Amino acid sequence: MKKSNAKTYWKENIRYVLLLLAIWFLVSFGAGILFKDTLNNFKIGGFKLGFWFAQQGSMYVFVVLIFVYVRLMNKLDKKHGYDV
Amino acid sequence: MMYSLFVEGIGVQNWTYILVGITFALYIGIAIWSRAGSTKEFYVAGGGVSPLANGMATAADWMSAASFISMAGIISFAGYDGAVYLMGWTGGYVLLALLLAPYLRKFGKFTVPDFIGDRYYSKTARIVAVFCALLVSFTYVAGQMRGVGIVFSRFLEVNINSGVIIGMLIVLFYAVLGGMKGITYTQVAQYCVLIFAFMVPAIFISIQMTGNPIPQLGFGGELADGSGVYLLDKLDGLSTELGFAEYTEGSKSMIDVFAITLALMVGTAGLPHVIVRFFTVKRVKDARKSAGIALLLIVLLYSTAPAVAVFARTNMIETVSNQPYDAVPEWFKKWETTGLIGFTDKNEDGVIQYVADKSKNELVVDRDIMVLANPEIASLPDWVIALVAAGGLAAALSTAAGLLLVISASVSHDLIKKIINPKISEKGELIAARLSAVGAVCVAGYFGINPPGFVAAVVALAFGLAAASFFPAIILGIFYKRMNKEGAIAGMVVGITSMLLYMIKYKLGWFDEVVPHQNEWWFGISPEGFGSIAMILNFLVSVVVMKLTPVPPDEVQDIVENIRIPSGAEEATH
Repeated sequence: MKKSNAKTYWKENIRYVLLLLAIWFLVSFGAGILFKDTLNNFKIGGFKLGFWFAQQGSMYVFVVLIFVYVRLMNKLDKKHGYDV
Repeated sequence: MMYSLFVEGIGVQNWTYILVGITFALYIGIAIWSRAGSTKEFYVAGGGVSPLANGMATAADWMSAASFISMAGIISFAGYDGAVYLMGWTGGYVLLALLLAPYLRKFGKFTVPDFIGDRYYSKTARIVAVFCALLVSFTYVAGQMRGVGIVFSRFLEVNINSGVIIGMLIVLFYAVLGGMKGITYTQVAQYCVLIFAFMVPAIFISIQMTGNPIPQLGFGGELADGSGVYLLDKLDGLSTELGFAEYTEGSKSMIDVFAITLALMVGTAGLPHVIVRFFTVKRVKDARKSAGIALLLIVLLYSTAPAVAVFARTNMIETVSNQPYDAVPEWFKKWETTGLIGFTDKNEDGVIQYVADKSKNELVVDRDIMVLANPEIASLPDWVIALVAAGGLAAALSTAAGLLLVISASVSHDLIKKIINPKISEKGELIAARLSAVGAVCVAGYFGINPPGFVAAVVALAFGLAAASFFPAIILGIFYKRMNKEGAIAGMVVGITSMLLYMIKYKLGWFDEVVPHQNEWWFGISPEGFGSIAMILNFLVSVVVMKLTPVPPDEVQDIVENIRIPSGAEEATH
């Protein structure tokens, strides 16, 4: 029982991590580097979009990602009785 | 009226003495209040730091003289390419929060070599880890001491060496007395000082140039002169006019930008002085949360820096380019005497030509001036100019202290207690820790006063070294139960050796007596970006060697299962 609880907990955790890291990769290496030139055809205010992702947007998303992970894991800890 | 007369009467110099004096008194006061009484307090601040305090301390620990003084300047010359630092030095925190911090906190020891040594059940692994930690930390700390000296010499008119010595004494006082406990709470104060000192001039200048008080929005806005032109479009125009690459495009190849960003992210997550901060909180959930708070506080400065870069560059080009030398503002002459800005009238027309073509360019600008002189270029009040000095010192001192602690813990805990003399008493170990801190300060001070020519080159590469050594070993240790000592040691050795060799060949040029041309770089990847390749090598070698060698013992596999579960994280112990 205890072992299988730990196993499902770990699997869920890995799922969250992979999902969040995929977003992490997309906004920085994707939008900020690989697809920068395409995105630069669009503008928000004075910012070319690719440039904005590289120098602003990706960092904001990073902060959000960590806090989302904190929330997800606090819930998951509770669900599995690991929050003590 | 009286007030403003009084304020204007003080002058930049006295303001600087007042602000630096107050902040130093504050740091010393905190150190006396929070001195360490046990090794646990000395290494991990007793293990009961709140997530908010740890987040602030981590942010100050992380943001060095380079972040505060140099980064905006580097970006203002690199344009788009500067994004490698912005994304690289923040994206690593996502890796830390998701892949490292919670598990290392659960593991509950004092240092990174502690984890490597126990998880890989091997003294050799521990020694390799100690070597890597010392290599990374020493290259880094020398740069900080130099930074302290430079700020002193530029703002307080003492020479650089005296500046380094004053800085050494301050750090010595609170790092040796307070250990991690003293450092943590001084770093909290230093974060407040440095962020205030960075934001105030940025907000002033943003209002001046774009009418928007939020710099992050201002630099994407229209100019305040009513022309309806976007600031970035104007800067792109100015840059191409003078023959530079368009500001928002940059000039590095895409693969190199990719590689450098990755190396800096992974390196950040592998830096021992950052990782060790997460040993100081109470629970696993606090480790995750404080990583989030730390990144939020770091991004406050990091998202402002590219705005400062744009403001400063536009301002500078407009103020000096094609202006007669006799008519330059006062700040130009003042900073000319420090050698940070220089003008040689090549065509003898008395006018400053600032262009990309090196044979015609007459203006040499040090990148540091973009932050240091920025308030003066924008004619801000004296107290704002003085604030920059206090902020730069806070940034340099907080990082230096964090690094010194890693060095002293590596020596007193990982080498003396765990390898040379396991029977040493608690009291003896605490004395050893303090003595190693003293020794480390002296070595760092020596390199601050006599910087070897290659220090600057090597500091940027400390990230590559961390990426190539610690990151894969820690990740595999947590996420791959089957990973054994043979694999991890082979991986670390191959990773760090390949990084060192590439650096020596392509950055320092010691093999060929000249630095080889960048056409010879492997896959077009610069030494700064090679950390990502060395990291991949480390992973590959680890896995291949592991497949050929025995599985780790059962009790080690139990450790791995245990650190994956957050509950029951005991306080850090031996």
